[in-house]
Amino acid sequence: MDTHFAQRRRRDLIMAACLAVIAALVPLFVKDVYVQNIMVLTLMYAALSQSWNILSGYCGQISLGHALYFGLGAYTTALLFTKFGVLPWFGMLAGGAISAVIAMALGYPCFRLRGHYFVIATIVIAEIALLLIQNWDWAGAALGIDIPVRGDSWLKFQFTRSKLPYFYFALALACIAWFVTWWLEDSKWGYWWRAVKDNPDAAESLGVVVFNSKMGAAAVSAFLVAVGGSFYAQFVSYIDPESVMGFQFSLLMALPAVLGGIGTLWGPVLGAVILIPLTELTRSFVGGSGRGVDLIVYGALIVAISLALPRGLVSVFSLRKGAAR
Amino acid sequence: MHLWLWVLAFARTTLGPYIDRGATVTAETIIQSLASGLLMGLLYGLIAAGLALIFGLMDVVNFAHGEFLMIAMYVTFFLFAFFAIDPLLAAPLVAAALFVFGAVVYLLIVRFAMRAKANAGMVQIFSTFGLAIVMRGLAQFFFTPDYRSVTNSWVGGKTVSIAGIYLPEPQLIGAMLSIAAFVALYFFINRTDFGRALEATREDAGAVALVGIDKNRVFALGWGLGAALVGLAGAIMAIFFYIYPDVGASFALIAYVTVALGGFGSVFGAFAGGIIVGLVEATTALILPPSLKSVGIYAVYLLVVFIRPRGLFGSM
Repeated sequence: MDTHFAQRRRRDLIMAACLAVIAALVPLFVKDVYVQNIMVLTLMYAALSQSWNILSGYCGQISLGHALYFGLGAYTTALLFTKFGVLPWFGMLAGGAISAVIAMALGYPCFRLRGHYFVIATIVIAEIALLLIQNWDWAGAALGIDIPVRGDSWLKFQFTRSKLPYFYFALALACIAWFVTWWLEDSKWGYWWRAVKDNPDAAESLGVVVFNSKMGAAAVSAFLVAVGGSFYAQFVSYIDPESVMGFQFSLLMALPAVLGGIGTLWGPVLGAVILIPLTELTRSFVGGSGRGVDLIVYGALIVAISLALPRGLVSVFSLRKGAAR
Repeated sequence: MHLWLWVLAFARTTLGPYIDRGATVTAETIIQSLASGLLMGLLYGLIAAGLALIFGLMDVVNFAHGEFLMIAMYVTFFLFAFFAIDPLLAAPLVAAALFVFGAVVYLLIVRFAMRAKANAGMVQIFSTFGLAIVMRGLAQFFFTPDYRSVTNSWVGGKTVSIAGIYLPEPQLIGAMLSIAAFVALYFFINRTDFGRALEATREDAGAVALVGIDKNRVFALGWGLGAALVGLAGAIMAIFFYIYPDVGASFALIAYVTVALGGFGSVFGAFAGGIIVGLVEATTALILPPSLKSVGIYAVYLLVVFIRPRGLFGSM
């Protein structure tokens, strides 16, 4: 049993390495900027969803307010850069650290809540932050922040001519998020989280410090999502409160993991790889009319997948049969 | 010392609008806004009633609730625009239309979401969220994203003055309708066979099947009833609010908070929750800039559940 598990973990790692190498080679053959843009977004959503999955999938604390951490990362980086000239790399770390601390500060009262009360608390906390930023003139209020172009360089993490550097950063981020999940899966934290998810009372009685394991999951999850937010700010070089901190975004971040397979290692990746290109393609092929056809297709897809495959798309590929248990 | 001054200057430039508000608040404005807050709160209660009913019966949170409201507002608008039926007369028709719609949504989607063997909660959230997106898309497709409004209805834009307080008539009627609806709901749930069947089905669907009650029929009617309540609210909302495909989103969040504040599993918690939300919103608007009025609602929700994790009257 144990060797089987170790074998599978090794296979997962090899497969991930192969996929990463293949992904890294794709831009050599695909030069189209539009397609590259979709690939960057796909990788970003894979990373975000993977991070969201740590708290909501593995630990079972469903957060629909993760846009808060994404927005914090984006705003910390953008504000530090535009107001104080701090390099985005430091902004990224600062944003991640701030988000992790805030996640734990919020977790302190929130992790006592269960079920829908917890979900709604995560929604309204993100919503409060959104409203405060929308009314904060210094931070650009509802209009947001335009990140000035200071020339292409890795130092300033700005590239106007090519999307490739963003692609490789997004790929690295997705790999890191995947690897952190892979590593945590077999650590004591991973076992604690699954115990907490399945039955918090039983876990507590067996000596798992439920509260601390939730806090750990929240901090890791928030940190990675905030780094994703910093990346996004640099990538689009313009952020506004609604697009980085809105409730819609919290749901969009969760969607690849949910449709791919919540609480599984490969679910978020699979979900993102299928969902994001599909979303972008429907948007550009039928969304141009401005008549909402893209929304109809997209929404119907969500309904169909969530009803037909409650365990997510991974259950079709049976990559991780029974692994979520 | 120097640093301290710098921090102060920084706080002033960054947080200026939050500090420098010399609003003039008199006793009159306070009473006036509390009165309108109360009316709006009762209307919030009515919007949330259907959500609370559906949750209380089936343990399902409908993430398309706001879109149900949006559809109700459009139905009201078109009845007014094409057949010149005033929203007040249209309200029962809208409720009937939404009843059918709610039952159909249950039979086509929610029934299957409830059968999910894994991740039941997520399946319910995301299947109804997907439905919400489809409904918004359909509204954009058929009705265009334009803002519409019902003009020259019987009570639109009119106010009555009671003891020097001006109350907008549409909200006043909405508030009375809300009270009536909750009274009717109370008798319906507690005093009719069907109400008891709903309650029993929630308790134990298997046992209920043994005595010959069809679970799906009962739940479909429950969803119909919940949607019909949103229909009533939508007919009133259409009188004084713009109608557009995304209109539901902002009210949906308030409805979730209202239900959770009152406590899941208690339909009448939603009534109390609505009143509290309305009053808190009005009070916040007096203290903070109006664009921040929802912050008060959310903060009160958090405060309540941190003290009482099951909401005010919740049973689960």
